[in-house]
Amino acid sequence: MEIRNLTCIRCPMGCQIAVQIDRHDIVSVTGNACKRGDVYARKEVTDPTRIVTSTVKVVGGKADMVSVKTKEDIPRGKIFDCMRSLRGIEVEAPVYIGDVIVPDAAGTGVDIVATKNVGKE
Amino acid sequence: MKNYDIVIIGGGPAGLAAAVSAKRNGIDSILILERDKELGGILNQCIHNGFGLHMFREELTGPEYAQRFIDQVNALGIAYCLNTMVMDISHEKVVTAMNRTDGLLEIRAKAVILAMGCRERSRGALNIPGYRPAGIYSAGTAQRLVNMEGLMPGREIVILGSGDIGLIMARRMTLEGAKVKVVAELMPYSGGLKRNIVQCLDDYGIPLKLSHTVVDINGKERIESVTLAEVDATGKPVPGTEEEYSCDTLLLSVGLIPENELSSGMGVQLNNVTSGPDVNESLETNIEGVFACGNVLHVHDLVDFVSEEAKTAGKNAAAYVKGERSAGGGREIRLKPMDGVRYTVPISIDTARMSEDLTVRFRVGAVFRDCYVSAYFDGERAVHTKRRIMAPGEMEEIRLTKEQLLKYPDLKAITVKIEEA
Amino acid sequence: MYDVIIIGAGVSGAASARELSRYKAKICVLEKEEDVCCGTSKANSGIVHAGYDAAPGSLKAMLNVRGNEMMEQLSKDLDFLFQRTGSLVICPDEEGMPGLQKLYDRGLANGVKGLKILTREEISAMEPNITDDVYAALYAPSAGIVCPFGMNIALAENAYMNGVEFRFNTEVQDIRKTEKGYEIHTGQGVFHTKCVVNAAGVYADKFHNMVSKKKIRITPRRGEYCLLDKNAGKHISRTVFSLPGKYGKGVLVTPTVHGNLLIGPTAVDIRDKEGTNTTREGLDEVISKAGQSVKNLPMRQVITSFAGLRAHESGAEFIIGEAEDAERFIDCAGIESPGLTSCPAIGEMVAEVLKEKLRLEKKEDFIATRKGILDPNTLAKKERDELIRQESAYGNIICRCEMITEGEILDAIRRPLGARSLDGIKRRTRAGMGRCQSGFCSPKTMEILARELNVSMSDITKSGGNSRLVAGFTKDLL
Repeated sequence: MEIRNLTCIRCPMGCQIAVQIDRHDIVSVTGNACKRGDVYARKEVTDPTRIVTSTVKVVGGKADMVSVKTKEDIPRGKIFDCMRSLRGIEVEAPVYIGDVIVPDAAGTGVDIVATKNVGKE
Repeated sequence: MKNYDIVIIGGGPAGLAAAVSAKRNGIDSILILERDKELGGILNQCIHNGFGLHMFREELTGPEYAQRFIDQVNALGIAYCLNTMVMDISHEKVVTAMNRTDGLLEIRAKAVILAMGCRERSRGALNIPGYRPAGIYSAGTAQRLVNMEGLMPGREIVILGSGDIGLIMARRMTLEGAKVKVVAELMPYSGGLKRNIVQCLDDYGIPLKLSHTVVDINGKERIESVTLAEVDATGKPVPGTEEEYSCDTLLLSVGLIPENELSSGMGVQLNNVTSGPDVNESLETNIEGVFACGNVLHVHDLVDFVSEEAKTAGKNAAAYVKGERSAGGGREIRLKPMDGVRYTVPISIDTARMSEDLTVRFRVGAVFRDCYVSAYFDGERAVHTKRRIMAPGEMEEIRLTKEQLLKYPDLKAITVKIEEA
Repeated sequence: MYDVIIIGAGVSGAASARELSRYKAKICVLEKEEDVCCGTSKANSGIVHAGYDAAPGSLKAMLNVRGNEMMEQLSKDLDFLFQRTGSLVICPDEEGMPGLQKLYDRGLANGVKGLKILTREEISAMEPNITDDVYAALYAPSAGIVCPFGMNIALAENAYMNGVEFRFNTEVQDIRKTEKGYEIHTGQGVFHTKCVVNAAGVYADKFHNMVSKKKIRITPRRGEYCLLDKNAGKHISRTVFSLPGKYGKGVLVTPTVHGNLLIGPTAVDIRDKEGTNTTREGLDEVISKAGQSVKNLPMRQVITSFAGLRAHESGAEFIIGEAEDAERFIDCAGIESPGLTSCPAIGEMVAEVLKEKLRLEKKEDFIATRKGILDPNTLAKKERDELIRQESAYGNIICRCEMITEGEILDAIRRPLGARSLDGIKRRTRAGMGRCQSGFCSPKTMEILARELNVSMSDITKSGGNSRLVAGFTKDLL
């Protein structure tokens, strides 16, 4: 039996939730004040995911850097792999929001896309 | 001298939304003055996601959120000047601005919308003792260096202040290869959103030390370490609790201050609590035809609310220019914050001028659980809504309707306060 | 072989260099920091004292009064900010009156003009924010305020224009007497000179003691200050001192030439000659004592705090002149308050000594004036507009708190002895000195510096040496 303690982020309450786990099965979720907390806690324990945002260099653009993000959530454990996949990446201006900067980042199946328009200098 | 119906000072989220709203309410002659090289304001350096949940029902990054409004400004053909600094605004609404190509510009406006945003409090404002080496940055400056220039301010970081920018920067610095050793917070609670504490600190095992502050900064050329200590209930460091953290960088996220030097220069009356203008139900300052919205009015937690507030300011400015606004009833209801409510925006309501409903925004001075927000119409409790939790880091609001206010023809003051269950 | 090597590019060294540059001589200033005005000269009250403090007949008294007299013309010649605002010494009660009278009498003896003892009514008419607990005050109309950086930089630039060399990042490690003069060993090689001027501030004892058996001892006396925003700058309009009384020595409250309000300093003797750190106790003391002489101080408006070290010599007197047992080694030591006020006169005195020693001749082509960095805020709109049309960088605001343009920053970098660091730019232009304390402008100023000096952003420093502002690039350690 393992107990994982989490802070719920679904609202400002920040309920302290305890999730009881038996091997891979969730036995109980306690401490949450509402249903949303239950859903959040189950997801966090079994499949925590995040959006990762960063920047890459732009060549010949009106700005030196362009901001990027993973188009969808990626597994939390893959965050730094995704970051490393951006090392040394340079893109040429113009860049538009949604342009794919790195396809299938770190084997997650998720593309990293631009989140800003950077025009040519 | 150029003439415009509405001149908007600042092309950040507030200025953009105000411009779009004024245009949609029938004003064609609008000019946005922006000091930076692009529209979007501080959103351009806020590359993290989490913007737009209220406004667009999706999670956007800062630049994406800004672009939605920039696209509207462009589609509506609203004029703007970039790299243009407003130097002065006269009481008569003559705006003096400056840029490289036009030199000094004078623009006469029928209405002015103040949307200059805010700045960060600096080390000096906290009187943190110690040396003054390189490596002390406000979190926003570090954010600009990292996100806009691709530069790392340092490698080993201590952050003072758990406001949202500090939390966001803890994650950003970590992701880009720095080691964030600790986040210290003077107050017994964080000033940031819960979401950011979990996803920016807990995810990366960064400790958050509540009721702690920096009591010494060491290192003569570049920071070598900082000393943290616990503080007592009055905020004073407790002797014997000092702990030294070696680091090369101290980031400060210790609060934001509305930037109202232009406003006070033109005679706008400022509020002691918010440091923003005192405004009425139309978000109009004490100078007729001068409106304010966004972080220059009061510091917001979510940009979505900035956009919403700016929309109201734009609409009211449009009505003012078109002469569609009623003369006002001459009867002013004052709003009084009390018992845990630090301030209200607006501070007064003229029922003849208010729209059907009105959002009153405020912040609380401490963490309140299972309490009520109440509004007393003179002596009578007219609003009484339960809140599971309220915290200083989050903006609160109540809504009042015209219908409700008209039931009290002699109403002089509305007191907004927090009441225990 | 130099005729004169001056150790230290603070106000004393720069004033000496400037006065000496009137003569035909080969002069060099050695400075361990990367810029002029990096030690005591950059962190003080910026007061031009009237001259009633020092004992009659002392060097301090004489040079103070002379320096004060010279200041106005010098500020016009060299284009730095000086305002003769006057000062008040507050006496809280009747018991303090003999002390106040003593200052008055000293002032008269020292030749201070216009001194007057004011009644409570006269004081509050002049300065409504003076504490209600005031009994009388000594008014000195000849006192004033000056920009210490502006004066130091102006003196150095003018000396440079007149042929004085400046070597920065050049720390003196040893001084050896030779037959013809002195050998000065530094981190950047050995320099030979006939004469030395020891204007090394808190380190003046170290250099003096290298060549003289008559040891002197300089104790760094730390003074902490708080600087308030310009919104508070009009709280008072004259420098307000407190008479030492039952609460000990008070702190001063003064407007600055740039319109801020400055309060301080404390006075604590320390050992570390680089101990320019502020302390919790020190800042608390400044804040509580400032409130004793001036009421309703808006302490929420503090934008920064800092500490400076006064070079306190154990005899509490300026030591200026040739060391007794070291010929041609001219001390300029123990220059604590009123050193800033006195420095024009100190420069004169040092130059006079060396003129005799070296039988120096006057130059015909001495340039007596220098133009400072143009402040476009002082121009009429039309002139300013014209300036931008000629040089568009003057239309680009970099520091929004102080409204400093790219044009001024470029001037600060490009001019003689130009800025090489963020602090160098700050002292010359005030960019970064305002209420946001460089939060907004530092990345932009760093970019301009990198561009102008043709170096990488990661080479830009706050104040030279190891004070680099960025550690590298994103992801390079991932």
